[in-house]
Amino acid sequence: MPSLCRACLKTFDAGARCPACRSPRVTAHPELFDLSIAHMDCDAFYASVEKRDNPDLRDKPVIVGGGTRGVVSTCCYIARISGVRSAMPMFQALKLCPEAVVVKPRFDAYVETSRAIRAMMAEMTPGIEPLSLDEAFMDLTGTARLHGAPPAVMMARLVKRMEEELGVSGSVGLSHNKFLAKIASDLDKPRGFSVIGRAETQEFLARQPVRIIWGVGTATQAALETAGIRTISDLLRWDRRDLGARFGSMGDRLWRLARGEDQRAVAPDHRVKSISKETTFNEDTADPDILDGHLWRLAVQVSDRAKAKDLSGRTVVLKMKRADFSLVSRRHALGDATQSADRIYREGRALFDAAGRVGPLRLIGIGISDLAPAAVADRSGDLLDPDATRRRKTEAATDAIRARFGTDAIIKGRALR
Amino acid sequence: MKISIERGTLLKAVGQAQSVVERRNTIPILANVLIEAEGNTVSFRATDLDIEVVDRAPAMVERAGAVTVSAVMLHEIVRKLPDGALVALEGDAASGRLTVAAGRSNFNLATLPKEDFPVMASSEYTTTFTAKAAILRRLFDKAKFAISTEETRYYLNGVYMHVATGEEGPALRCVATDGHRLARIDAPLPDGAQGMPGVIVPRKTVGELRKLLDDDDADIAVSVSETKVRFATTQITMTSKVIDGTFPDYSRVIPTGNTRRLEVDATEFAKAVDRVATVSSERSRAVKLSLDEDRLILSVNAPDSGAAEEELAVAYADEKLEIGFNAKYLLEIASQVDRENAVFLFNSSGDPTLMREGGDTSAVYVVMPMRV
Repeated sequence: MPSLCRACLKTFDAGARCPACRSPRVTAHPELFDLSIAHMDCDAFYASVEKRDNPDLRDKPVIVGGGTRGVVSTCCYIARISGVRSAMPMFQALKLCPEAVVVKPRFDAYVETSRAIRAMMAEMTPGIEPLSLDEAFMDLTGTARLHGAPPAVMMARLVKRMEEELGVSGSVGLSHNKFLAKIASDLDKPRGFSVIGRAETQEFLARQPVRIIWGVGTATQAALETAGIRTISDLLRWDRRDLGARFGSMGDRLWRLARGEDQRAVAPDHRVKSISKETTFNEDTADPDILDGHLWRLAVQVSDRAKAKDLSGRTVVLKMKRADFSLVSRRHALGDATQSADRIYREGRALFDAAGRVGPLRLIGIGISDLAPAAVADRSGDLLDPDATRRRKTEAATDAIRARFGTDAIIKGRALR
Repeated sequence: MKISIERGTLLKAVGQAQSVVERRNTIPILANVLIEAEGNTVSFRATDLDIEVVDRAPAMVERAGAVTVSAVMLHEIVRKLPDGALVALEGDAASGRLTVAAGRSNFNLATLPKEDFPVMASSEYTTTFTAKAAILRRLFDKAKFAISTEETRYYLNGVYMHVATGEEGPALRCVATDGHRLARIDAPLPDGAQGMPGVIVPRKTVGELRKLLDDDDADIAVSVSETKVRFATTQITMTSKVIDGTFPDYSRVIPTGNTRRLEVDATEFAKAVDRVATVSSERSRAVKLSLDEDRLILSVNAPDSGAAEEELAVAYADEKLEIGFNAKYLLEIASQVDRENAVFLFNSSGDPTLMREGGDTSAVYVVMPMRV
């Protein structure tokens, strides 16, 4: 079986250990040298950077995140042994792991390391689609002759270089499409290298729970569960049309992904056309207060994403799905672009009010489109709304607090509705 | 109905009618103009259910009667007839057709029953006064650029006409704003206008009204109620619903403590703004004003496309200031200035800026700055 030593990058035909360096870090798979879509995900990225820059922390549990009232942003694998997880409230994490060292995030250092990783990737292929600072898809199709080595070897070389030159480790997933590559990279963390071949795709997926599918959140999971769908093999028993009828466009996606079909290309300059967030309710609701709370929370998420990507939008879009799956959408073009949660929420709320009674909803979503650079956003005030300037300053202050102490460190009352 | 009418007179009347009818509407009769002949007058009535315009013209009436016919089509026909032609309109009740004849041209148009034509309910006008066309023209013309097109703030989609205490005493005042700029124009209060309810005159009405106001000395009879406003000359009566909403309290928006004073030739200023804005390809082009003693530097810096700078000699004696504006807004308010210099009054780079036309206290403009 084609085998690869991840310690010395030697390729060979058989054996549990590398014939050259005797390392046990061997990856063997029948299709190892035939697959070219990869997903690389750094292991506990922020914590690894912190350990690299402060060797005293190396053997200690490290949590990156805000003060005692914040949340865990990333934790190292030592902390994970005690049960600490990311997004966990800090006090809970410290209860589980009292000896943990809490480090405040240093985004500059993470961005710098991320850039260095991206530069290494760029030497391998132009087909890079970054998902965040610490993970990216790579399409290495047709690069074997150029590099004199198949994609698997190149990916092993990438993570080896990252460890040696940057002091951070990563896990690789290699497969024949993005959906499976991303699943694979998560199978063997940290320092993992997993392969999902074409031949085993069906059999592998059938064993997995539906939540492994990207986009299946708590609400969809609950809806699927009601339909008796827990695992992907449950999904495979459904007819394509029935899934479509019951779950809309999501149904069709589920049908295809359950079969390991994913035609999406690795998009190097993945130009974002819009930023939106939506949520499906456990129970349909027409309660304006509940919907208002959702609108605000979603607007904050949209705004956060726009701010992270240095983008803003000239149009605010409101999406509502009724209990019978019929869709109502409303849009409003703004005079100038915005990335402010306050503005997105207010415009969305005005659209919601103007839409009148649309009946109980199963989903509500809000977004911005007609995107523009952040530099042109929110540049002019509103004569008739002198408080807007004050609210904008409040939002900037809130953002600073949230960046330091976690996204839930400070919230508006209406977020609790 | 059978009438003969001079082509020029007909063209003007039908022109007014066809501009009121909605191009896209689902009610066929609303595309028509109602022609009514009696005595030696013909009236042309058109409506979009929000505005109704009635134009009366002299004609030779051989047989009194009424007919409705497509306003746009009749206008097109009359427009294409030779100047000076005498046009005969004859309605045939039996066939339901209207014949339009001029010289050797003959047209036969479909009609709709006159009974179906909606007539706007009359209103109890509480205030009636007369004003010269020139006065009303100035009030609306200078304010209308600031009307908002945002449907979410429908109450800004018009000009707020009301009675106010102006800087020179009681005034008939027109205000429009879209939240980015505001125009406040005053005229001495005409007799009889005291106690007039404030009304928001819709954008379309403001546009249509303009056609009534060409003749400076014409007397315009204005009637106002809570829900309607009517403007009438001897020939034309235009009635419009007003926007059912509350115009925001604009007075708190107009800055009173702006002390930094810039005086500049409005035309030169507008030309310079227009020139430097050329290099920006953004939709909202931002122009930076850098003010120092008697010197104004206008600059635009668009990283993607280029940069531009122009210096103007101005009168400015206050502290240095840098402030940005949307070029379009600056151009529009600068073009409101007729004869005098434009006088800008600034506070800080984040506060609303005031503009006046020289020493004229009857027109005030406010514009919101933009971060640059």
